Amino acid sequence: MSRRARLALFALAGGGLAAVLVIGFTGLPDFGAYHGVYGRIIDGIGVTLRHGTDLITLLNFDVRAFDTLGEEFILFASVLGIVLILRQLRGERQEPHKEEAEEHSFARASAALRTLALGLVPAIVAIGVYIVVHGQITPGGGFQGGVILAAAPLGAFLAGRYLSMKAIAPHLLIEWGDAIGAAGYALLGLSGLVFAGIFLRNYIPLGTPGHLLSGGQLDVASVFVGLEVSGAFLVAWTQFLDQAMLVRGGQQ
Amino acid sequence: MTVLQVAALAAVALGGAAVVVSPDPLRQVIVLGIYGLSLTVLFFVFQNPDVALSEIVVSTVGLPVMVLLALRKVREQERQREEQKQRERG
Amino acid sequence: MSFLPFAVAAWLFVIGLYGIVSSNNLVRTIISLTVVQSSTYLVLLGVGYVSGGKGAIFADITQVSKAVDPVVQVLVLTDIVIEATVTGLLLALAVQAHKRFGSLDPHDLRALRD
Repeated sequence: MSRRARLALFALAGGGLAAVLVIGFTGLPDFGAYHGVYGRIIDGIGVTLRHGTDLITLLNFDVRAFDTLGEEFILFASVLGIVLILRQLRGERQEPHKEEAEEHSFARASAALRTLALGLVPAIVAIGVYIVVHGQITPGGGFQGGVILAAAPLGAFLAGRYLSMKAIAPHLLIEWGDAIGAAGYALLGLSGLVFAGIFLRNYIPLGTPGHLLSGGQLDVASVFVGLEVSGAFLVAWTQFLDQAMLVRGGQQ
Repeated sequence: MTVLQVAALAAVALGGAAVVVSPDPLRQVIVLGIYGLSLTVLFFVFQNPDVALSEIVVSTVGLPVMVLLALRKVREQERQREEQKQRERG
Repeated sequence: MSFLPFAVAAWLFVIGLYGIVSSNNLVRTIISLTVVQSSTYLVLLGVGYVSGGKGAIFADITQVSKAVDPVVQVLVLTDIVIEATVTGLLLALAVQAHKRFGSLDPHDLRALRD
């Protein structure tokens, strides 16, 4: 289909779709006039039920923890897909290309900028860990903290040193982090089956709301998910980085 | 609905359009980052700090890194193809 | 005025689709897809918002105060993180397509058309 025909068809279909969407949305309750039931209930009893003060984390890792298990494995599967698709093909070779990979084009940045980028690495790790472990009290948790943690080694890459980024976050380590995170969350669920009789049911003491060790399984699940998410993002990024910086050649 | 919320919605509506109409993918990535920031503000004014936190990291670091690296790989492959063509000719 | 969030959601959905349809570059298609996806965030948050409500974090406010619906927020939260890796998967496919066909233009992916 030519480009023009495609656009003409879309003008028709897109207009129709927009009309249907608007008609559908007018059937929803007015914005701000909330009619839901679950939100009200969980807002009312959440804290007394599980002793976590951030209800989003509480829902994520306790009330609807089973959904999170599924979502975690979507994450795992899509990263597995990236690894499979970007694997080294026949005829391709990993060029050591020492100089280019060690000192890629950002290396022309000033020494101050590069030092700053390296100095950011520990700071980002600290923020990431803080956000992961305080998920049940304040905004944060495994998903957000995990992405922040994954961003830390990129500081070394931005400083112009891809190979030292690989030294901070070696393949084996991040793959294990990804796998342990995914398996740990599933095992936490199984241990609920063993100790409390129901999959993913909390059996860990709840503690005092607002304290670091509170909320029972929230913290444990948060750490596992944080490991998984940071591992997943790092695996995906390293695959792309390897392709962009190291892998060359291949049949055309 | 507050003024802040209306402003954030307007910024998101404009940002989404800007991402789509940006001329080349490289520029689109940058606009996508800015669009992500406006979404972050929107989540924040809609009383949604958790989501804002995850959006800000994903949209300013997570996605752009992958897109930029993919574009770099594509450019590298194009350069290689050119070289191969020239070798065949000469 | 109370319809505005849903109107913006519909707008993002349609403009993103336009980006996909009019695209001549796979990377562009993928980026437009993320715009389509962000429209779902607006619908979900619009459904769960309570006028004058606070975020559902009771670390320093009492539990009786009016709060927005945390259930829809959780859906958006996990969606954002997963969306990023799924986009990565699509980008990997685009890189491989370029390796095979030497072009990112969907029109040049001959093998797919026969």
